Amino acid sequence: MHKFVSYGVTFFKHYKNLMIQVDKLRKVFGSKVAVDNLSFNVKKGEVLGFLGPNGAGKSTTMRMVTGYFQPTAGNITIGGVNMLENPELAKRSIGYLPENAPLYPDMSVNGFLSFCAELRGLHGAAKSKAIDRVLEICFLGSVRNQSVDTLSKGYRHRTCLAQSILHDPEVLILDEPTDGLDPNQKHEVRALIKRMGENKAIIFSTHILEEVEAACSRAIIIDRGKIVADGTPDELKRRAPGADSVRVVIRGAGVRAELEKLSCVEKVEATSAEESSFAGRVLPKKNSSGVELTREIGELAVAKQWKVETIHREEGRLDDIFRSITRSDVAA
Amino acid sequence: MKNAFAVFKREFFSYFNSPVAYVILVIFLLVTQGFTFFFGNFLEAGDASLTQAFFMWHPWIYMVLAPAVGMKLWSEEHRLGTLELLMTMPISPWQSILGKFLAASAVWAIALFLTFPIVITVLYLGNPDPGPILSAYVASFMYAISCLAVTCAISAFTRSQVICFIISVALCLLLTLFGMQQVIEAIVKTLPSSMEGVVRFISYLCFLTHFSEMSKGLLVLRDLLYFVSVITICLMITSLALNSRRS
Repeated sequence: MHKFVSYGVTFFKHYKNLMIQVDKLRKVFGSKVAVDNLSFNVKKGEVLGFLGPNGAGKSTTMRMVTGYFQPTAGNITIGGVNMLENPELAKRSIGYLPENAPLYPDMSVNGFLSFCAELRGLHGAAKSKAIDRVLEICFLGSVRNQSVDTLSKGYRHRTCLAQSILHDPEVLILDEPTDGLDPNQKHEVRALIKRMGENKAIIFSTHILEEVEAACSRAIIIDRGKIVADGTPDELKRRAPGADSVRVVIRGAGVRAELEKLSCVEKVEATSAEESSFAGRVLPKKNSSGVELTREIGELAVAKQWKVETIHREEGRLDDIFRSITRSDVAA
Repeated sequence: MKNAFAVFKREFFSYFNSPVAYVILVIFLLVTQGFTFFFGNFLEAGDASLTQAFFMWHPWIYMVLAPAVGMKLWSEEHRLGTLELLMTMPISPWQSILGKFLAASAVWAIALFLTFPIVITVLYLGNPDPGPILSAYVASFMYAISCLAVTCAISAFTRSQVICFIISVALCLLLTLFGMQQVIEAIVKTLPSSMEGVVRFISYLCFLTHFSEMSKGLLVLRDLLYFVSVITICLMITSLALNSRRS
């Protein structure tokens, strides 16, 4: 009995924490399939990075999750509320920054935020408190009374971001939140996303791969409407071609032959081989790892009294995995 | 209702934050007064009802000026991308449609209110019956916001304000022309007599027919209901157009 209760509690906690559930989502525009059978979940405390080439279906997916586009098929649940059956209630727990950060140019920053707060059901003291809070978080205090059309791109972007967090939502969906920002602002926004990600469920899309490493706890790569990779940034990096191989430059005689004899070596690739030195890449066997391989090479070098100039384990780069699994239209 | 009011407030102030509302108000007042005195023979006619001299010109002015007020309602939202923001807020599309439409209607309410000097003039010069004047004001306002509703529906289909303006003016022109007695008689004469019923029915569906009735002082529920249903249909088309953009 006790066991059942504890299972029940675990089950309940699991579902309570599942803030975004997307199930077999599909979107067809005319004859073009933009999003094809996409399913994923985002838990509370998770920052999900959405990656993919242009036109992969990132924005379309986000527009469906936020209730702007009607899906052709599939289901979306936000915090336990079905978006298709009860859109107004589901939208309450979402904060959304659309692509290109749209704003009303004839309004002031304060006026715009006030309008959004009212649509979110905030009035009076709660409204001004919420506005003050987001003005501070997004560093907009100095321009609060300025008209939106006189703002620079960075400020406009942050004004729209401020709008998305006015009501302190449990779910945040940000479509390219760092687009058009300078490096300092990018850093700020990434830090902000990471900080907010501790107690929210966040999805953000980006082209910039280093951003995923900096802010995400999980990443999904989408290509032509389908998920082609899903995992933590580290897991994805390990899947990159050439990840976990060891690059070496060693002075000594017969290095290549000796390296090939090692137990965990799959293959040795030389980039330049001379009589007295070796430069190249060593790939570990499937059941082994780069760390183990590095250690073995080190031990061997000590034993043989080689002069090691370089020994470096490749961590794999998101760039490489991205390029290897998404087919670009240019190449096709 | 609070949500619709928030949308109303934003839209209404956006008219007065830009020159749009001022330009249209000034032109409307100049043109209505100018037509009344120069073409309506207001002073020579010696008629204190205002129907012929003043209200008769309104449909032709609204035909151009109402689309100018309404053309930005949705096409601007499409162009700026703010439609996406509005439609992902926890409000129903109807609340935003209603809020925006009422804001544009409020501009016309102000415009009509500002024509009060002409009423004072007739009250000073003659001894008019207030009933017809009031009913003509209602008719004029309904005409303005019906043209606005047509524009609102068109603007939901396009992101270009120019296209919206031109199509709306053309539609309002048709809805006005086909209500004119002279135009209808000319059409009836050229078409075979079996078509007469159809032509008269179409003419009955036009704005001007109902406006003429009301502006003569016959505030009939039937005509009022006609304008209300035109507006309702146009706003429903707006809603359908916005939904089709999202699906």
